[in-house]
Amino acid sequence: MLRAENLAVQRGPCTVLADINLELRPGEVLGVLGPNGAGKSTLLGALCGELQPSHGAVWLDQRRLQDWPGSERAQRLAVLPQTSTLNFAFRVEEVVGMGRLPHASGRVRDAQIIKQALEAADALHLAGRSYLALSGGERQRVHLARVLAQLWPGGEGQMLLLDEPTSMLDPLHQHTTLQATRAFVEQGAAVLVILHDLNLAARYCDRLLLLERGRPHALGSPEEVLRAEPLQAVFGLEVLVQRHPERGHPLIVAR
Amino acid sequence: MNPVIRPRSLFIALGLLLALALWLSLALGPVSLPLLDTLKAALRLLGLAQPGDDLAQAELILGQIRLPRTLLGLLVGAVLALCGVAMQGLFRNPLADPGLIGVSSGAALGASIAIVGGAALGGLPEAFAPYLLSLFAFIGGLGVTALVYRLGRRDGETNVATMLLAGIALTALAGAAIGLFTYLADDATLRTLTFWNLGSLNGASYARLWPLLLVTAAVALWLPRRAKALNAMLLGESEARHLGFAVERVKAELVFCTALGVGAAVAAAGMIGFIGLVVPHLVRLLVGPDHRVLLPASALAGASLLLLADLAARLVLAPAELPIGIVTALIGAPFFLYLLLRGRT
Repeated sequence: MLRAENLAVQRGPCTVLADINLELRPGEVLGVLGPNGAGKSTLLGALCGELQPSHGAVWLDQRRLQDWPGSERAQRLAVLPQTSTLNFAFRVEEVVGMGRLPHASGRVRDAQIIKQALEAADALHLAGRSYLALSGGERQRVHLARVLAQLWPGGEGQMLLLDEPTSMLDPLHQHTTLQATRAFVEQGAAVLVILHDLNLAARYCDRLLLLERGRPHALGSPEEVLRAEPLQAVFGLEVLVQRHPERGHPLIVAR
Repeated sequence: MNPVIRPRSLFIALGLLLALALWLSLALGPVSLPLLDTLKAALRLLGLAQPGDDLAQAELILGQIRLPRTLLGLLVGAVLALCGVAMQGLFRNPLADPGLIGVSSGAALGASIAIVGGAALGGLPEAFAPYLLSLFAFIGGLGVTALVYRLGRRDGETNVATMLLAGIALTALAGAAIGLFTYLADDATLRTLTFWNLGSLNGASYARLWPLLLVTAAVALWLPRRAKALNAMLLGESEARHLGFAVERVKAELVFCTALGVGAAVAAAGMIGFIGLVVPHLVRLLVGPDHRVLLPASALAGASLLLLADLAARLVLAPAELPIGIVTALIGAPFFLYLLLRGRT
């Protein structure tokens, strides 16, 4: 289990993140919402050990995150960044195969996992192509397959942190990506996902954290968090909240 | 741009190319030897064939001149290409060059100090001069690289972008210092300086091979151990960290290997450009960017290309000899431009 205790991050004189108490629970998707600059990516950076907290700590199980040996940590915790700078002509399955670098599961097993992860990210048809020849959205799905492969098949005790995994995707693949994430969670993994689309968050997340200027404004179920008042307070956007006619989760429409 | 050759086929092809390059490099020159005699004499020199006295002249030429020269070319080409791979991986840029971190300009500065300083002191003892020159070049390369690395570090992390800019600045500074030494030098010293800057495998001797052999072996054994980390680092430094690699440590090792490798190569053969830039790029076009293949394949290709370039340098104006830096630049620069323009379409 990944747990943040009283976490705060300073950048120069500014406190960009504070008062974060959070745990990622097995079998749960936790969505993080907030306006630009609210500290969502900072939170993700602190949770994966990329940013040093100025206060508080992050625990993976009973050990502080920074005390974990690199490869052991990598077998438990995978991170999908917002954008990637890969500028070399790896084939798609080689990129996904990098997710297997922390493991010593053997070539045959790795090839199986790479195939399954590509399938889960709806990118199996891209196998054999050069990464550089792909579109932005296709690249994003290949990287999703890479982090899925890193934790495959996603048992209890594994954590997946996703920074806006749907930002470059068409509407269909926004849904397939989050469905793949859900399927992963069914195996017992814990997922934290940063999202901008409130309706995607309503549909696919079990809990939501609403951030405002680096501090938690609300943390709870989609029904509790996606109400007109908190959304007005944090985003400054007037919204109508209705029910999804078929699924019953909140449906947010700007007024 | 998918890879066009399987790694196995590439290794076979490169092995054959290297064998051919070695053979030609031993056989051809101002006095060309028959190919079969060359082979026989070389095997005898290496103790692999029964001695005999029918090939005394061939054995003499080979043993005294061509074998050390060929081995020097082999090592310099291999180590320059390996360091090129390391730098392109470190900077995540397929157009990066080992000179970026200041090692070449530092070595040139060290050599200028030795050449001009030695002349000012009334000339170095004839027997010592080449060794002293190599030593100064090696120390200069290591020193400037250490400074570049130090400038790129902040809060326990190395910023490669800062390192790149520090490398450019220190290269300019070293250039100014070399310019000053050039200005102070007399005509004879100036000539030595110029020739050294153009690189040459001329004057190879077994005694000067040893340090380079040790360094090349160390680099060639160490870098492949970091092949997986280099692959992961192409994704980005934080991605490599998320995959469990000790990125700061790997970066330090890459810089150290390059400083050592290029420093030793420049110390032994002067400035030879474009091998470290073009060879990894070329190999990547053939088999893709996986460092587990790229590193050993680049070493083989670098050794072969440098030997062939040296052959051209020896033969084009025979019995006179072109500096090899001119040949590698003449072949390398247009090829590099071709790669640039080809990538645009």
